[in-house]
Amino acid sequence: MSPLVSIRDLRVAFSGVPVLRGVDLTLGKGEALGLVGESGSGKSVTWLAALGLLPRHARVSGSARLDGRELLGAPASQLDQVRGGRVAMIFQDPASALNPVLTIRRQLSEALALHRNLSGEAAKAEARRLLDLVGIPDAARRLEAYPHEFSGGQVQRIMIAMALAGNPDLLIADEPTTALDATIQAQILELLSTIRREMNMAMVLISHDLGVVAENCDRVAVMYAGRIVEQAPSNQLFADPVHPYAQGLIGALPPLDGPRRRLVAIPGTVPDPAHMPVGCAFAPRCAMAAEACGVSAPKLAPIADDRAVACIRAEASRRALLGIAAE
Amino acid sequence: MSPPLVEVAAISRSYSMRSGMFGRSTAVHAVDGVSLTIRKGETLGLVGESGSGKSTTGRIVLGLEPPDRGEVRFDGKPMAATGTVAWRAQRARMQMIFQDPLGALDRRLPVATQIREPLDIHGLGTAAEREDRVRELLRAVELTPAHGARYPGALSGGQRQRIVLARALATKPDFLVCDEPVSALDVSIQAQVVNLLCDLQAQLGLTLLFISHDLRVVRQISNVVAVMYLGRIVETGSADDLFARPEHPYTQALVSASPAPGRRSAGRIVLAGDPPNPAARPKGCAFHPRCPRAIARCASEVPTLSAVDGDRQVACHLVTGTQARDAA
Amino acid sequence: MARYLAIRIGRAALTIVLVVTFAFVVLRLSGDPALMILGPEAPPEVLAAFRKAWGLDDPIWFQYLDYFGAIAKGELGRSMRDGRPAIELVLERIPATLALTLPAFVFKVALGVPAGIYAALHRGSAIDRAVMMTAVAGFTVPSFVLALILVLVFAVQLGWLPSGGQDSWRHAILPIATLSLGGAAVLARFTRSAMLEVLGQPYIRTASAKGVPWRKVVTSHALPNAAIPTVTILGFMVGTLIAGAVVVESVFAWPGVGRLLVVAVANRDLAVVQCILLLVAITMVTSNLIVDFLYGFLDPRLRAKGAHA
Repeated sequence: MSPLVSIRDLRVAFSGVPVLRGVDLTLGKGEALGLVGESGSGKSVTWLAALGLLPRHARVSGSARLDGRELLGAPASQLDQVRGGRVAMIFQDPASALNPVLTIRRQLSEALALHRNLSGEAAKAEARRLLDLVGIPDAARRLEAYPHEFSGGQVQRIMIAMALAGNPDLLIADEPTTALDATIQAQILELLSTIRREMNMAMVLISHDLGVVAENCDRVAVMYAGRIVEQAPSNQLFADPVHPYAQGLIGALPPLDGPRRRLVAIPGTVPDPAHMPVGCAFAPRCAMAAEACGVSAPKLAPIADDRAVACIRAEASRRALLGIAAE
Repeated sequence: MSPPLVEVAAISRSYSMRSGMFGRSTAVHAVDGVSLTIRKGETLGLVGESGSGKSTTGRIVLGLEPPDRGEVRFDGKPMAATGTVAWRAQRARMQMIFQDPLGALDRRLPVATQIREPLDIHGLGTAAEREDRVRELLRAVELTPAHGARYPGALSGGQRQRIVLARALATKPDFLVCDEPVSALDVSIQAQVVNLLCDLQAQLGLTLLFISHDLRVVRQISNVVAVMYLGRIVETGSADDLFARPEHPYTQALVSASPAPGRRSAGRIVLAGDPPNPAARPKGCAFHPRCPRAIARCASEVPTLSAVDGDRQVACHLVTGTQARDAA
Repeated sequence: MARYLAIRIGRAALTIVLVVTFAFVVLRLSGDPALMILGPEAPPEVLAAFRKAWGLDDPIWFQYLDYFGAIAKGELGRSMRDGRPAIELVLERIPATLALTLPAFVFKVALGVPAGIYAALHRGSAIDRAVMMTAVAGFTVPSFVLALILVLVFAVQLGWLPSGGQDSWRHAILPIATLSLGGAAVLARFTRSAMLEVLGQPYIRTASAKGVPWRKVVTSHALPNAAIPTVTILGFMVGTLIAGAVVVESVFAWPGVGRLLVVAVANRDLAVVQCILLLVAITMVTSNLIVDFLYGFLDPRLRAKGAHA
């Protein structure tokens, strides 16, 4: 099956400072892909760049194709059809993600007019149906309300309703629950997975929370300093991480059950994008770094079916982790 | 068991809040009859969502605001009146760390100067001794004197939180209130700071009140945990046991909502409804409108926090001592 | 809502009373009208008679109460120079002033707002920098300097336009240009920063992400939000319509309210000065009130919660 999205060697620089340094990623139809990494690793920038949503001073190169059609450098009219139509996006901060001076009805109707050619009563009826679908009580009346009259969780539901307005094939959820309380986070994640199942929609879930990604995605890509360092089916990644950074992330997560152990903290901090190390960007923090790591950056290379790692010691660290002696 | 350092007896605090520009003001019960005991050298983790009153509780415990009712006792003595000499002496023994280290630091001063500030204020030691103490504190939080010469803007988030921690430790406090100290940090940095806090606590015999919405971090660092909902404690008990066997339906939902790698969402308890609004507190058990197990009694009668098993206390009509033992 | 209205209007009235009181006290402490109007050589008994006639020999608090009593009856006093009612003197000057300030207001808005929006949308471009440099210049150069430069260039050097007076529409061009340029600069800067602030908001990204064409993102998402702070400065400008041209009217010898004020102050013509100040205070306060209510119209967050809940 041909992929829905295929990204090749995507690079982004802001005023000469590289923030995305060659990302390769494919996404199948209906697939749920998780993107984890710390702030500044390029998780969001990847998708903002693919959809042409970065500010003008960003320099973008490489390729991002949707159903084989190139998005980078595509004319604005074509991108406007894709955005909100084939690919919808929701963001982290519910409080400021909706226009404060427009009613919910107007903001929903706008998307319905653009992508479904609905207007007037038809748009209003559909807007109401969408609000019902995402679980906003008393939808008919609430249509005329403004964003500030809703709680954070409800605004995120409205954002999801707006994203669904164009019947997209792909929903990109950028930290959709980070600003929400735990019990509300659970509600939103459940809503997302129900909707995804029912509409057979692909989803990219961007999160710094490994647990959120693990539970809601089929496959996970771990990003570090503008590159993907490991890619694997989510159950395999969490059971058996290969890249030392992925191992570190999992080791740094305090367990909620079982015996307490001292957390495995990754020493140091993320490198400054303006002064990237020559070789592997993680090498300065890596316990297993060797001389070769400082020479050239490792490529993302397959190590098994559907698994790829960017680490020259992938094999060695894998053995170390599993405690397997050389056979 | 070590003697208690901080005893909080039935404190309450309410604010009057105006709803909207033309609205009438209503009383908001931020904290409603909270009692806690924190033993010397131990950590009490305070868990809850926004509006649960956990931060207000922290501020009252520290004497940053007075309770309307109830009392806080520190080391066996009641909190002294604000501004008195006794209060100042007491305050030097307790410090606070917030979520946002950049907001807690002055951008225009080198961080070493800011670490020294409490020593200057409380007049501790000679100038040379203070300089030594600053170096010692920087070392204690695993930074170098070179870091001390920098300004907050030139440090990473994790390093800034270490500076805030060093400053809090300057007066050699016995008691530290940490309000979401690692919530703004990335996972790998969060682990560094959590480990550092645990180490410092062991070395210095610190007593901690650790406030957070993150159950994992709270379990990692706490001996005892209290779960708050709308200004009241709904469950308290030893950390490992409470998270392994939550009794209160709210705690169960919270634990269940905490995502875990390697576990798919099957069997998750998803609570209905919005986060609680302290200005419109439901009658009876405040949790009953969202509770999957609520019975008629929950809507009318406020459950009291009572012991069910060992050191566990639960405020729920459905959880009683015998029942808990039967279930176990 | 009624309570809110009452509070706002009460506060506005209080502002007016304070302004008028301040003017009253300062004017009475800053010189003797009798000496100013009759001259220093006037015989003492003439001076005394003048003071008695205008009530200037009464204690100041008595004069003050008297003044407010008169206002309550709708009397704003008479000019000490020619005995005509002050309000008449002022009212006959207002058309001349509005002939300058109204067109200037239109030009300010027509120039400043689009320039600011354009500069914000093309941030960092050559045009943005040109607009901003012009704006900073217009912002920092005092209006009398600007007026003199315009006179030097267009009246003295080129001889295209008259340098002062009120004989034809051509006489109005330079004063209006002076007023417009300064105001347009202020508006351009203000609009630009308001617009930049709004363009950086997440909801602008949300609009783009749902496929709204950029032109529509600007018109239906950015502009309504940027209008909120811009209205503040517009309201202030409306407030200066009556007396915002003091300097320009003086430079160009334009017989408007501003010139009347200058002459009246110089002569300590108390009733006239007070009458103008009262009028100015009323226009400023009224325009502020209008701005407040416009806010409520533009920003649903400031409206009563009950309306939609």
